[in-house]
Amino acid sequence: MSGRRSVALLSALAFGYAFLYLPIVILIVYSFNDSRLVTVWSHASLRWYAALLENQQMLDAAWLSLRIAAVSATVSVALGTGAAFALQRLKPFFAQRGYEALALMPLIVPEVLIGLAMLLLFVVLGDTIGWPERGATTIALAHASFGMAYATVVIRARLTQLDPALDEAAAILGATPWRTFRRVTLPLLAPAIAAGWLLSFTLSLDDVVVASFVTGPGATTLPIVVFSSVRLGVSPQINALATVIVVLVAVLILTATLMTRPGQRDGRRA
Amino acid sequence: MSMTGGAGRGLRRVILGATTAWLLAFTLLPMLIVVAVSLSEPRLGAPPFTPLFEWGAGFWPIFNGHITSYVTIASDSLYVAAFVSSLRIAATSAFITLLIAYPMAYAIARASARARFALLMLVILPFWTSFLIRTYAWTGLLNTNGPINNTLINLGVVSEPLTLLHTEFAVHLGIVYSYLPFMVLPIYAVLERMDWSLIEAAQDLGSRPYRAFVRVTLPLSLPGVFAGWLLVFIPALGEFIIPDLLGGPDTLMLGRVLWTEFFNNRDWPLASALAVVLLMTVLLSALLLVKALQRREAA
Repeated sequence: MSGRRSVALLSALAFGYAFLYLPIVILIVYSFNDSRLVTVWSHASLRWYAALLENQQMLDAAWLSLRIAAVSATVSVALGTGAAFALQRLKPFFAQRGYEALALMPLIVPEVLIGLAMLLLFVVLGDTIGWPERGATTIALAHASFGMAYATVVIRARLTQLDPALDEAAAILGATPWRTFRRVTLPLLAPAIAAGWLLSFTLSLDDVVVASFVTGPGATTLPIVVFSSVRLGVSPQINALATVIVVLVAVLILTATLMTRPGQRDGRRA
Repeated sequence: MSMTGGAGRGLRRVILGATTAWLLAFTLLPMLIVVAVSLSEPRLGAPPFTPLFEWGAGFWPIFNGHITSYVTIASDSLYVAAFVSSLRIAATSAFITLLIAYPMAYAIARASARARFALLMLVILPFWTSFLIRTYAWTGLLNTNGPINNTLINLGVVSEPLTLLHTEFAVHLGIVYSYLPFMVLPIYAVLERMDWSLIEAAQDLGSRPYRAFVRVTLPLSLPGVFAGWLLVFIPALGEFIIPDLLGGPDTLMLGRVLWTEFFNNRDWPLASALAVVLLMTVLLSALLLVKALQRREAA
């Protein structure tokens, strides 16, 4: 590589990463700003973090969001594992293409459409069978539904790398299908299932659009609170909250990646 | 395969039955209901739309469908403008994203194996952090008296603060920022697998670096470019949060208009009709791009 070209490439990289990270860094810096005016720097303080801890509405919303995310992510990976198997190892009951299209549809359907469609479903269901009541349940169901698509993709990608001969070997050695699944396939799939769970969990925790459509009275998730607040303008408390979320997520993802890295190297396809 | 034969049949039935039932109930049925509601008419009451079938005096129920909402969308300049500007904003944003992402992906692909892992990690990391927060970060930055304007004034580039927030420029910026990883990764994936000896061969044969890039590297990386384009253009089409937080009142995009019709005007049939139009546009774009991708790979 010629010298001039590597300089050009390095500056492209520097620009790209600065673009990706500067906004977040500036947000974090301003979260420690004492001034109520978010654009004027007065002096460093933890004032907004303290305010955050006393904001009961925010804490309740955060707790509800975590619970919904945990439930929907768990349902997502259970269904996603099933769908990945269905697509990769079993032949679906009806048109394979149709099953695949339905399973992956939420990946390209815009959030506003998912939100509207799920709400209309819940309205019709509520009118005909009286279930579900709109609130945390409907949010969790809607999140599980689109989380399933992401979980399916992640788990299926891993499943294609597994050797079906391992299952056959277990069967020849006398293991029942359920036992083979539990003792052979599931442990091999575990990293992908964990990644799928984490992805669904993060998507649920971040979703404001779908939740806004399907929520009912009393069920206010954290993104809904944040969104209604930021629509009115920049707020120092949201800066503090954003910092907490960004740092938590970064630590979580970095740990997860570094932990799974050696396995990744071994299991990598050419 | 063990799971398809003998005693595995029971397990197979359970897995297929449960997932199929879920997909029919929570993916297909909601879409069908959207289509049905888009053909009904708004009314006061709960639910705020007329039933599609009514039991009249005759034996069979009467089909009570209307295409009023679609006629409104096709004839009202607001919706036509929203449709056109959604396509335009998504396309230009995807193009700008490509201009930033390509050199990044290229540089990462040419980096040492050890640096590559860290560089990729740094591209993926923002994707995991909240989309809402990343969009919100720009509302502070682009403010009239925010860091960007302050810097520009201090440097003497401008004398008056620029109006950056609540403009179409800000919407482009927000889309490019949020979807940059989606463009970098597929381009990187293609470049990483590329046989770089081809470039060396081209250069050995006297081709200038620029020419070698345009004639060899770029064509070979086009599948990645198409895939990246797809991954930015399609979600940008129906984007709601970015135009809502960063756009001006006149930044019309389908996702945002749908939201307004639903939440502010409470016109569920019109919102549903917009949803059907949006879905068709998204599916058609996906189909066209997948076809283009397949043709590329076949060639």
